[in-house]
Amino acid sequence: MSSGSYYVPATSRWPILGSLALGAMMVGIGLKLVFDTGAPLLIIGLLGVISVMGLWFRDVIHESMGGLYDTQMDRSFRWGMGWFIFSEVMFFAAFFGALFYIRTFTIPWLGGEGAKGVSALLWPGFVPQWPLLNPPDAAVSGPTSVLSPWQLPLVNTLILVTSSITLTVAHEALKLGYRQTCRNWLAGTVMLGLCFIVIQGVEYYEAYHHYGITLEAGIFGATFFILTGFHGIHVIIGTLILASMLVRIIKGHFANDHHFGFEASCWYWHFVDVVWVGLFIFVYVF
Amino acid sequence: MAPKLPPQHSLQHSSTAVAGGPSQEHHAHVAHPKGVMRWLLTTNHKEIGSLYLIFSLTMFFVGGIFALVVRAELFQPGLQLVEPEFFNQMTTMHGLIMVFAAVMPAFTGLANWMIPLQIGAPDMALPRLNNFSFWLLPIAFTLLLSTLLMPGGGPNFGWTFYAPLSTTYAPASTTFFILALHIAGISSILGAINIIATILNMRAPGMRMMDMPLFVWTWLITAFLLIAVMPVLAGVITMMLMDINFGTSFFDAAGGGDPVLFQHLFWFFGHPEVYIMILPAFGIVSAIIPTFARKPLFGYASMVYATAAIALLSFLVWAHHMFIVGLPLTAELFFMYSTMLIAVPTGVKVFNWVTTLFRGSISFEPPMLFALAFVVLFTIGGFSGLMLAIAPADFQYHDTYFVVAHFHYVLVPGAIFAIMAGVYYWLPKWTGHYPNERLAQCHFWCSIIGVNLTFFPMHFAGLAGMPRRIPDYALQFADFNLLSSIGAFFFGASQLLFVLVVVLCVRGGQKAPAKAWEGAVDLEWSVPSPAPLHTFETPPVFHRAQSHD
Repeated sequence: MSSGSYYVPATSRWPILGSLALGAMMVGIGLKLVFDTGAPLLIIGLLGVISVMGLWFRDVIHESMGGLYDTQMDRSFRWGMGWFIFSEVMFFAAFFGALFYIRTFTIPWLGGEGAKGVSALLWPGFVPQWPLLNPPDAAVSGPTSVLSPWQLPLVNTLILVTSSITLTVAHEALKLGYRQTCRNWLAGTVMLGLCFIVIQGVEYYEAYHHYGITLEAGIFGATFFILTGFHGIHVIIGTLILASMLVRIIKGHFANDHHFGFEASCWYWHFVDVVWVGLFIFVYVF
Repeated sequence: MAPKLPPQHSLQHSSTAVAGGPSQEHHAHVAHPKGVMRWLLTTNHKEIGSLYLIFSLTMFFVGGIFALVVRAELFQPGLQLVEPEFFNQMTTMHGLIMVFAAVMPAFTGLANWMIPLQIGAPDMALPRLNNFSFWLLPIAFTLLLSTLLMPGGGPNFGWTFYAPLSTTYAPASTTFFILALHIAGISSILGAINIIATILNMRAPGMRMMDMPLFVWTWLITAFLLIAVMPVLAGVITMMLMDINFGTSFFDAAGGGDPVLFQHLFWFFGHPEVYIMILPAFGIVSAIIPTFARKPLFGYASMVYATAAIALLSFLVWAHHMFIVGLPLTAELFFMYSTMLIAVPTGVKVFNWVTTLFRGSISFEPPMLFALAFVVLFTIGGFSGLMLAIAPADFQYHDTYFVVAHFHYVLVPGAIFAIMAGVYYWLPKWTGHYPNERLAQCHFWCSIIGVNLTFFPMHFAGLAGMPRRIPDYALQFADFNLLSSIGAFFFGASQLLFVLVVVLCVRGGQKAPAKAWEGAVDLEWSVPSPAPLHTFETPPVFHRAQSHD
């Protein structure tokens, strides 16, 4: 409960600048996609969003290290981060839900199951299967074959699971005050994150050039890239977060018993890891 | 244990009391910026609440003008004023603006103003994030409105933007519509996270969850719904963006996708969304009715459980919007029965409001008038919802004006009347003045006549088969449409009275004491009227003089 020392910042320019930057970025994206112009606005907006985040977090770090935050503020951050991760879970749930719906209902129905006769009239020769290598309409060319889960995806699974373990070691070391150990294991975690990103890049190259798995390759390509793509973006963001934690550890930030910034980064990384396990099972294996 | 109560406070009605000065005056604060910078940089929940409310009111009129374009065209059969293409843009933009830019920000504004005051918190849990959430909104909706000026026009596929109308056959501006909705969604999610953190973490010492006023409870549950479904909306519009710009086939059967998938994902968001727009209204009405009936709310705990039950059921009923798309029979039955189940907790709520009124010493100030109208007219909307829940009957009603009548009854005399009730109820706390009684009464009676004249005939037009979202209609619907159009312009014009009352109230009027309403009990009435910029900087100690139920 409240101790009466809850810190309420007087004013801040970051929120309004952040909104303007995000707005500029979105308008830039729209102009690029619709009118094939506006790339400078997109880049200015993106850089703006990144800088505002950096400056905003810098303020928070200064306030935290200046002792302005009490335990109640700490709980606000915990609730905030927890619910933010829940919102991310629901974001991925939409894509997983789409995948399950397509595989369970749409593909069999397109094949004529369950008296859904119209599609059978449109594409009488369609044979339902998953992975869908033969989209119903001949105008859409499907993948030639799919990636084996037991090669690069398995390696990536091992990398991410290992990274969750190394991160936990780093966190435990921080709690015990072994900052050197924490730094090393955290650096290892960041390296594993980078490895994952590189391997995922190689896999995308393979998919596009050797397997015919593209965004245009029917529903398999669409679900494959939206799930792995948004996960990949989250790994990149997570790696950047962990890298900034590494910098802060080196600079001597964080107390043994009070380091929610570090803990929140761990939560985020474990979340990204769990999503990958779901992806590995439902996108690659089954 | 009620040290600083205003003189006319009647103790026997008070269930809560505050120990310690309710409003320790501000210790030295950093100089507050003046002029426009004050509003751009503020982290104060009251100022941000006011920004939300002003933004919402502005958008209410923008969306209202779009509705009046629609009603003007439908005044008589035939095509007279606008092109069908523009008519479609007006129905679409009316819906989008009213849902995302008028009703939702109004409730968030009330939450910002009132939740910290009702739970005895110094501010929202994350004040800077709060400012960010607000300022995303003007950006999102400027972008959305700008699509009307783009080549090919704005969104024209209805506020539900079903694929493939919104993908394959959509105007070029749809990409901007998607990006605008992304910004609005980020705003909603961050706002909801802030509200949830505030309620869970910032309550005054001694205030348990089951001591919270119902407005706080309903907002807690609403915030949960927002965090659960706004990301799903983000997901589905991202898939649209991919289908439009990157050649994917999520909603295209030719590539193995499915347009019905769009509807499932949209309504998985969309049904909780309609409860997002009504649960805080339940909370406001549950504050006002006990105050003006001068009785504690009947069945406080059952109100909380009913709200939670409605929220949980809202995740299990989405496909009742899709009875005619060709669902399997099992699905039709499941979604029909689960939808009917919602009538049970909703019935509990209506029962509790009516029972609170029973043998109360009722007075009919403007907030109470709107709250009572809410109970009656929202219930009408609820009953027509029950009719629509019956799958075989819905085959007939689907996409007719009956549906339009139904959701306007729950949203206009439902959500919007509750917002107006809340504004009249809390204006004395915000401004230190009572709203002008005579003008507010006039606003109420004009509104209630206007709203029923507009929407009641739509039931009959719909049952007789008039389709929605079509700019022309068969001759037999002419009388109903004439009435609806007259009612709509009357209702729209009477809302200018609302602006007048609010402006007059901000500028002056009868002075209000801290406890502006005789029967009011919650913590916000323990701080002075108008509430100073900073309240509860030292948390009050909350005492439960008596249990809520």
